[in-house]
Amino acid sequence: MEHISLQHFLVVSSILFSLGIYAVVTRKNAILVLMGIELILNAANINFVAFSRYGNFGLSGEITALFVIILAAAEAAIALAIVLNIYKTFSNVNVDEINKLKE
Amino acid sequence: MTDTLIINFSIIMLLLPAFGFGILIVFGKKYPKLHWLEIGILSIGLILAIVVLITKLTTYLHDDIAFNFVWINFSNISLLDSFKIRLGVKIDNITAIMLFVVNLISFLVHVYSLEYMKGDPRFNRYYAFLGVFTFSMIGIVISDNLLMIYIFWELVGLSSYLLIGFWYEKKSASDAGKKAFLTNRIGDIGMLVGILILFTTYNTFSFDSIFHQISLGKLPFDSTAWLTVTGILIFLGAVGKSAQFPLHVWLPDAMEGPTPVSALIHSATMVAAGVYLSLRIFVMLTADAMLVVAIVGAVTSFLAATIALTQNDIKRVLAYSTVSQLGYMIMSVGIGAYAFAFFHLVTHAFFKSNLFLGSGSVIHSMHHEQDMRQMGGLRKKMPVTYAAFIVSSLAISGIPLTSGFLSKDGILAGSLAFGHLTGHWLMPTLGFLVALMTAFYMFRLIIMTFHGKPRNIEKYEHAHETPFVMTMPLVVLSLLSIFFWYTLNPVAPEDGWFLHDWVKTPAQVTPIETRFDFMVNKPAQETSVIAEGTHGTAEVSSITNSEEYEHALHWAHIPSLILSLTLGGLGILLAYLIYQWKYIDPDKMADKLRPLYLFSLNKWYIDEFYHATFIGGTIGLSKLLSLFDKYVVDGLVNGTAFFARLTANISEIFDRYIVDGMVNGTAFMSGLFGLSLRKLQTGKVQTYIVFVVFSILILLLLFKPF
Repeated sequence: MEHISLQHFLVVSSILFSLGIYAVVTRKNAILVLMGIELILNAANINFVAFSRYGNFGLSGEITALFVIILAAAEAAIALAIVLNIYKTFSNVNVDEINKLKE
Repeated sequence: MTDTLIINFSIIMLLLPAFGFGILIVFGKKYPKLHWLEIGILSIGLILAIVVLITKLTTYLHDDIAFNFVWINFSNISLLDSFKIRLGVKIDNITAIMLFVVNLISFLVHVYSLEYMKGDPRFNRYYAFLGVFTFSMIGIVISDNLLMIYIFWELVGLSSYLLIGFWYEKKSASDAGKKAFLTNRIGDIGMLVGILILFTTYNTFSFDSIFHQISLGKLPFDSTAWLTVTGILIFLGAVGKSAQFPLHVWLPDAMEGPTPVSALIHSATMVAAGVYLSLRIFVMLTADAMLVVAIVGAVTSFLAATIALTQNDIKRVLAYSTVSQLGYMIMSVGIGAYAFAFFHLVTHAFFKSNLFLGSGSVIHSMHHEQDMRQMGGLRKKMPVTYAAFIVSSLAISGIPLTSGFLSKDGILAGSLAFGHLTGHWLMPTLGFLVALMTAFYMFRLIIMTFHGKPRNIEKYEHAHETPFVMTMPLVVLSLLSIFFWYTLNPVAPEDGWFLHDWVKTPAQVTPIETRFDFMVNKPAQETSVIAEGTHGTAEVSSITNSEEYEHALHWAHIPSLILSLTLGGLGILLAYLIYQWKYIDPDKMADKLRPLYLFSLNKWYIDEFYHATFIGGTIGLSKLLSLFDKYVVDGLVNGTAFFARLTANISEIFDRYIVDGMVNGTAFMSGLFGLSLRKLQTGKVQTYIVFVVFSILILLLLFKPF
């Protein structure tokens, strides 16, 4: 724990981002897809904070991270509302089966 | 009485019948009594004509009264310098006499038609047509220029056409109308060309001006040959209108019209217009042109007389006799006997209209029977008509104490003198033969119609003398056929006032070398009267014939008198021998002379000849042209159409397969493309995300921003 460098943060955030992508692409349940999106957003947050700590940017990285957290909260609220509506319409939240966009 | 008054009178005389025509045509159907207007107009015209005649022949005996005005002024046209068309009236002695003749006969015919045409459904229209005829005839007579003459000439042709075809329900009548019109047209073309040659040369239509310029030596195209040609061309108009060979064929057919019309138009006045025109252009006729005129006249009179010998229709005999007498007049113009031509024109107008009105009287009382073989013995039933016929027939046969004797004998003496002076014996020979035949066929007509026993008892029983309005004209015209109106000496017309004072042969204006020798004036004998023309002075009214000619005429007078009397008497005697006393059976004679008889009966086959050549030729040519149209012109058109359709078809194929193929191919290709691309669009959000992520990765790898 003597010296944690920027690379470590970036590796963690990359893993988190990849997991997020993986979740978004593979999960069928819309809720789980939303959770993957949360992971992606948080991977980005880690990057913001890490670059802010190691780069010479002042506090702007942390502030952006805060905005992203607020954005994520709002996004989660709206997205869950959409998911609820989708459920009401199609009686399921399976992303595979909801392909009305195709037509 | 001033000269302006005479001009005014003649213009009123001209315009009144035209006015009557307009009124009758418009209101004639509504007011059946309106024809009295036309009769009133004609009475006024007759009175005016008598006034003009008397004034002209007393106060203005040696002066011509002329009046003209600019009708159209083209002076601003740069191509022609001072191009004006003048119209005018010229009253000389022969005009004044002609005015009287036309108005008198027209008036008598108007009165006569009251009875003859009674009950006709188009009664008023008949009077309207008579009005337009009178108008145009007076127009011809009073014109002082060729243009006006030509206009009225055509109007006369029109009214003749209208009146011949008046009973147009009859096919023969409407055909005869057409024939008359078309035949006249042929002559009129020649006349028009002649007028235009004169106009291009002299830049005027006026007679006086043209003659003056000719006398000054100006000739069409600077050649006397063209002067001859021009004279003959204008004479062609007279050939058509006066029914001269070879255009005489229309006149006998014109007898399809009502008989009073035949009397007025086709014997007395209209056909005389041709002679009148020949007299007007007399002074510009060269010797060659005059020879042509004389030959045409002589041949016509002979031909028509031979045909008249065998005809059985009373009107046809008279029609051919008219053609024959017109031939006399034309011949007389041609041999230089100007005064006698006009004299005969006047006397003939009276006795021939008398004959026609008499025949109308017969036809009327026989209920429109015209065949003489159905008549006979009418003398007792119709004494007035018979008397009129006898007087007129004696006149036309040239028996002394009649007017016809005076004029005819003059023409025959003239032809004899002409033969003696120039060696052309054709004219006197034919002339005397015609005199024999005339007397024969006229008395054949009288004997067949009035003498002997009635051949058709039924019709004879119904026959009766016609009422006063029809006999009155006969009496008047019979009186005018007696000699004392023209001269006091019944054998020597030269001493009478008609030829001595009124009508004189004008001097030729043609160059001296183109005249007959006897028409060249020796200066000492020339008694010229300088007439004040409109375009300067012109020597128009001077005595033309040389002393030599006068001698010849004097020499010819007694022989021709004896000869014509003998021949006329012989003709009458023959007619009596054959038809009255029946010493010679006409049928047996016809059998013996069968070819000649048929030749005459069928009018020398001239109609057939024209039918075969000109009419057949025209029809053949039209058929040929129709074939040309059908096969060549139509073929060309159809070929073009076919070619157009062919190219259109090719173009259509090109459109369908190449242009459409390209369009369809594009559509097909894009469809195909779209179809394959469509597979990518799954509609699943997750697939899209995968695409996005991989796309970003690929873009990052490709552009290597770091």
